[in-house]
Amino acid sequence: MNALIERVLDVWTVVAVSAGGLFFLAGTVGLLRFPDSLTRLHALTKADNLGLGLVVLGLLPQADSMLMGIKLILIWGLLMWASAAVSQLIARTVHEANEP
Amino acid sequence: MSGAPTLALIALILGLALWIVLARETFAAVAGFIAYGLLLTLAWVGLSAVDVAMTEAAIGAGLTGALLIGAASRLRGGGYAEVRTRRGLAVRVLAIAASVSVTAVLVACLGMLPEPSPTLVPLVADNLAATGVGNPITAVLLAFRAMDTLLEAIVLLFALIAVWSLTPDAAWGQRPDISHDAHPQGVLAYVARVLPPIGIVIAVYILWVGADAPGGKFQGATILASMWLLVMMAGLARAPPVGSAALRAWLVAGPLVFVAIGLYGAWEADAFLAYPDGFAKPLIVVIEIALMPSLAVTLALLLAGAPRNAEAVP
Repeated sequence: MNALIERVLDVWTVVAVSAGGLFFLAGTVGLLRFPDSLTRLHALTKADNLGLGLVVLGLLPQADSMLMGIKLILIWGLLMWASAAVSQLIARTVHEANEP
Repeated sequence: MSGAPTLALIALILGLALWIVLARETFAAVAGFIAYGLLLTLAWVGLSAVDVAMTEAAIGAGLTGALLIGAASRLRGGGYAEVRTRRGLAVRVLAIAASVSVTAVLVACLGMLPEPSPTLVPLVADNLAATGVGNPITAVLLAFRAMDTLLEAIVLLFALIAVWSLTPDAAWGQRPDISHDAHPQGVLAYVARVLPPIGIVIAVYILWVGADAPGGKFQGATILASMWLLVMMAGLARAPPVGSAALRAWLVAGPLVFVAIGLYGAWEADAFLAYPDGFAKPLIVVIEIALMPSLAVTLALLLAGAPRNAEAVP
């Protein structure tokens, strides 16, 4: 039974981390291909939040201890918060630069 | 780390390095340099050198990157945003020949290293218990090679003196001005209010685990410095005047404690920077705790730069 649970958790890790990697890939393609700063910003924040979120969720079952898991979630939370704040700053700068 | 990911990482690092050298835009080169620092961090993690990786991320990519962004934006004002001149063919051929021959000499030297290469690792492992700390990197930095770490901290002070020496005469003793005219209720001010408490906790944690796990005063100090810079950039606090006696006391306090403990070792344990038996761990912790604030202030002021405006002293 334990072996089965372990197998399921391992599969979950592979699936979630791969999905996260896919989001990072999509975000990077968006960053390179989108036409202007605001849409590029959109691509980048999606990759950050969802991509890292899925990677963290995928790694959670592999964490050695509760503390390690909490640290992973904290890192995700901090990064989401920081990327939201930084996107605001960049978007505002773009907005001000576009004003006549 | 082995196989395809390692090769991909090496290819990325080499390619990015080449791109940074060839980039004509100053700002693009700086952006490349920051990414390069993060890739190097990955490489260090791959070599299981987590301490070095953290320092590379904090100081190599983070702090140096911020310094270079500042320099690039200053250069942009002077019309140096882009390298426009193209060198002649002879100069380029000479440059390539010089680089290739330096590389060739280095490769030849690598080939001449004795096999197995000389290592001090067993010596460190055997004597680790005597220091009382669990992290061999910390033991090397603060017990076996404490002199290097002391000089490192002092070199940073000299770097700050060099930056300050660029101050125009009229502005001497004033505050460096790095505030960004941010809106007091804006996003930057919000970030500068929320992030520092978290950052301070993380910095102290990294300092504290440094005794037994990857971490230590340099990484912690970089985080503290960035928190302080954030507050100063958002305009929530002003940079201290460089003429202030209190500021200078903060700057030299850490190195002075280090030197004092070194002298105590000379008197008590017969060598400068030697620790008396049984006191190694507490003395190392005292040095780390004393150095962190001084390093943080030094690093933050390095980034804040020299005062430029000859404003009236408030």
